[in-house]
Amino acid sequence: MTMSLNHYLVLSALLFTVGVLGIFLNRKNVIIILMSIEMMLLAVNVNFVAFSHYRHDLTGQIFAFFVVTVAAAEAAIGLAILVTFFRNRATIDVEEIDSLKG
Amino acid sequence: MEFVDLVFYLLSTVAVMAAVMVISVRNPVHSVLFLVLTFFNVAGLFVLLEAEFLAAILVMVYMGAVAVLFLFVVMMLDVDFSRLRQGMVQHLPLGLAVGLIFLAELVVVGASAKAGAIGGQATAAGAVNNVAEIGRVLYSRYLYPFELASLILLVALVGAVVLTLRDGKRPGVKQQDIAMQLSRTRDQAVQLKKVKSGEGA
Repeated sequence: MTMSLNHYLVLSALLFTVGVLGIFLNRKNVIIILMSIEMMLLAVNVNFVAFSHYRHDLTGQIFAFFVVTVAAAEAAIGLAILVTFFRNRATIDVEEIDSLKG
Repeated sequence: MEFVDLVFYLLSTVAVMAAVMVISVRNPVHSVLFLVLTFFNVAGLFVLLEAEFLAAILVMVYMGAVAVLFLFVVMMLDVDFSRLRQGMVQHLPLGLAVGLIFLAELVVVGASAKAGAIGGQATAAGAVNNVAEIGRVLYSRYLYPFELASLILLVALVGAVVLTLRDGKRPGVKQQDIAMQLSRTRDQAVQLKKVKSGEGA
């Protein structure tokens, strides 16, 4: 049984779900949220590259390239915000980040 | 079942399991290391999908930069590690098992390079160079997004520095005063002394 596109789509869905669960279930650690975002972007990349392979079109890989670029930039900014927040508040507990609450 | 299928199942299973471990282990350093394992397995899957350039980019950018950044921040922030110290000995077998799996995967992916690609359908021109193809498309048809991506990176760079730079005087920290350094005159910098030959200054 050779691998078909569906196998890769299932894998991408699994990774994406794990990323979403990481944001849902996490109540303690903001870094886990950032890592879950990275995992979701990784799942999307798997999707792009799988389609690019099975449709013989390079566009998927080009877009995955840009997704990697933006994900890296966003991780850097997110961590910079986290570090600044930690300097002011000395905590990274999700429950305590609520100063904008209405 | 072919050998290539086995490689796919191995890589994808370990990727999903490592992803689950990312969100479920207590120690955030372990989470980041499991994230690195996930990235590595997905890079192997990209190699199976004949996207070698993207696999290399994943290794260099995600594992080499983003994961290292995560590790730095996790270690800078003051997380409670007391639970880690107690469980150090009982985690050693798990660490060995994970290391062996990692090693087995490296061997398997290296061996699968001779086993042929997935899908069986060759491209029209035969064996093409993935990097050359991406380069040909990226710098002609997608030049505009490429330049925009570089601008995004520049904005991220400036933003990260602006957010985290601590300017101003703090006790015990030596800092440069750039304006003073740039406005230095020759009289402040150089002093001529008369020295007899054979003697020091």
